[in-house]
Amino acid sequence: MSPPGARTRLFLVDDHQLFRSGLRAELEGQFDIVGEAGDVDEAVAGIASLRPDVVLLDVHLPGGGGATVAEAVNRLGIEETRFLAISVSDAPEDVIGVIRAGARGYVTKSIAPSELADAIRRIRSGDAVFSPRLAGFVLDAFRGELPSAIDPELDQLTPREREVLRHIARGFTYKEIGVRLNVSAKTVETHVSSVLRKLQLSSRYELTRWAMDRRMI
Amino acid sequence: MSATSATHDTQQTDGSDGSGRRPLLVRSRTDRVLSGTAGGLPETWGVDPLLVRLGLAVLTAADGAGIVLYLVLWALSAEPSATTPGRDVRVRPRSRQIIAVGCIVIGGMLVLQGIGLWLGDALAWPVALAAGGSALIWARSDEGDRSRWTRISERIPGNPVVTVFGGRVSALRVVGGGLLIAAGMTIFLVANRALASTRTAFLAVVVTAAGLGLILGPWILRLARDGAEERRQRIRSEERAEIAAHLHDSVLHTLALIQRSEAPADITALARRQERELRAWLDHRPAPWTEQDLRGAVDALASRIEELHHVTVDTVVVGDAPISENIGALLLACQEAATNAARHSGAPRVSIYVEADADGVTAYVRDDGRGFDIDAVPPDRRGLAESVIGRMRRHGGTATVTSRPGQGTEVQLQLPRTAA
Repeated sequence: MSPPGARTRLFLVDDHQLFRSGLRAELEGQFDIVGEAGDVDEAVAGIASLRPDVVLLDVHLPGGGGATVAEAVNRLGIEETRFLAISVSDAPEDVIGVIRAGARGYVTKSIAPSELADAIRRIRSGDAVFSPRLAGFVLDAFRGELPSAIDPELDQLTPREREVLRHIARGFTYKEIGVRLNVSAKTVETHVSSVLRKLQLSSRYELTRWAMDRRMI
Repeated sequence: MSATSATHDTQQTDGSDGSGRRPLLVRSRTDRVLSGTAGGLPETWGVDPLLVRLGLAVLTAADGAGIVLYLVLWALSAEPSATTPGRDVRVRPRSRQIIAVGCIVIGGMLVLQGIGLWLGDALAWPVALAAGGSALIWARSDEGDRSRWTRISERIPGNPVVTVFGGRVSALRVVGGGLLIAAGMTIFLVANRALASTRTAFLAVVVTAAGLGLILGPWILRLARDGAEERRQRIRSEERAEIAAHLHDSVLHTLALIQRSEAPADITALARRQERELRAWLDHRPAPWTEQDLRGAVDALASRIEELHHVTVDTVVVGDAPISENIGALLLACQEAATNAARHSGAPRVSIYVEADADGVTAYVRDDGRGFDIDAVPPDRRGLAESVIGRMRRHGGTATVTSRPGQGTEVQLQLPRTAA
């Protein structure tokens, strides 16, 4: 990883050349775009040799999809690279799939350029990035108490986490949420990271079933 | 094994004899009367299959040496890999295969009769006939049919028909096989001069069979119909998946690109609306305009506002609920609040969040626009007071408006479970 003061080294993965060049034009001034790739193999090879700080990862890719890239990079033991998933897909199973594969956030491709840049910076600093849509998915998937939860620590959200997610879904920024809940923005971050961990580690059967029930096809 | 199938693949696609490693003999998948052995021999060694078959037939006349040779070749040869292209096993019509098997069996029996290993005409021939009928019924159909039937039988619990008939229920085959069995039984009885005494028993068998037919007949018919329906469904959903994948790769991306571009606001709004409708369709949800569920209804009101006011409306819906009259009122209030935000806040983006849970339905409409001083709203500005707060009150709910100049506005609408 590049030293904290340096510009964030960014890697773009998207099979649509046009979209990639669009992203490049938007982000070039603020980040150091070290490479890009259009499919899974290219992406894994590029990330392994360039070791970027953040990978902007398309969910749909020829050769296995974004989740495959994240898993392969994980298997190589590369821990300093963080993934932000970006997709035109709002299909829950895609979103949940790529998050469970290790991505630390998810945004849709219609996100405004300035928000995207913010999201990349947050991912770089180790935070989680939840779009309102993702927050809604998580609330939906973790809905209701589970009397038979295998690991309540992981399989359920705390009331506070729910509250934070609800605020994200309502469109508030982390800072605004902090003010409204009378905590620091850092505390909000901690809650979101904890939800991300639950999302990645929960064995909750409902999570998969929910995503399958609401899948695209 | 994988090496075997690999070499076989190349050999199949080349169509030539090649020169690489390969098993001694691979049975043919395409040219197959019995097991594909005679057809595979030429494919591997480059001999005419007709010559091979002729040779085997001539050798068979010589005290059955052909049969022995065939069996040896069959044992030495390998089954072609399933991944081989052109995998239709039934290139040869089944009837020809059946005739081939029949001829071999009859030939074999004649040989046995000739060398004296024989139990007598009265027993052997009827038994062979009945066995042939049974084989006809029990013959397995191809894999696709079988897996389809297995799936159906899983859906219909306690279903013996599929297990009995081992796959595709071909009425013709079952009837033909049944006739052969019956003929075998009759010949056996006649030949053993036992028909007279077993007449009543025979009658009982016929009656029982007829009864079974009556019982199972409708079931078999239903299964056959279900099979056809299942097949149609499968084809449709496969087609749909293909179309969806294509739309996903092309159209949704284009729509996303338009929304990120500098295109005029109405073009962007159009792209968003198209995207929303396409998504709803891909999602198997009813089109937004039918508004049967909460999610669809919220999407619909969002796209109405986007079209009219050229702002982006983000919607998040958690949970679902049928659209009752009161929930319909909440949605109207929601639309009114969002319209207000779009018209007056100056913010490019309005967020709608709707959650349905055990406590009822809650909706939030939020913008981070210019906001206003609630106490300073002139009484003639009835929009918010009447169509949002008043409407919610009339339907047993509440509405709360939170706003400060420069801090955006949020309207919270709540409908308790008792009213939802």
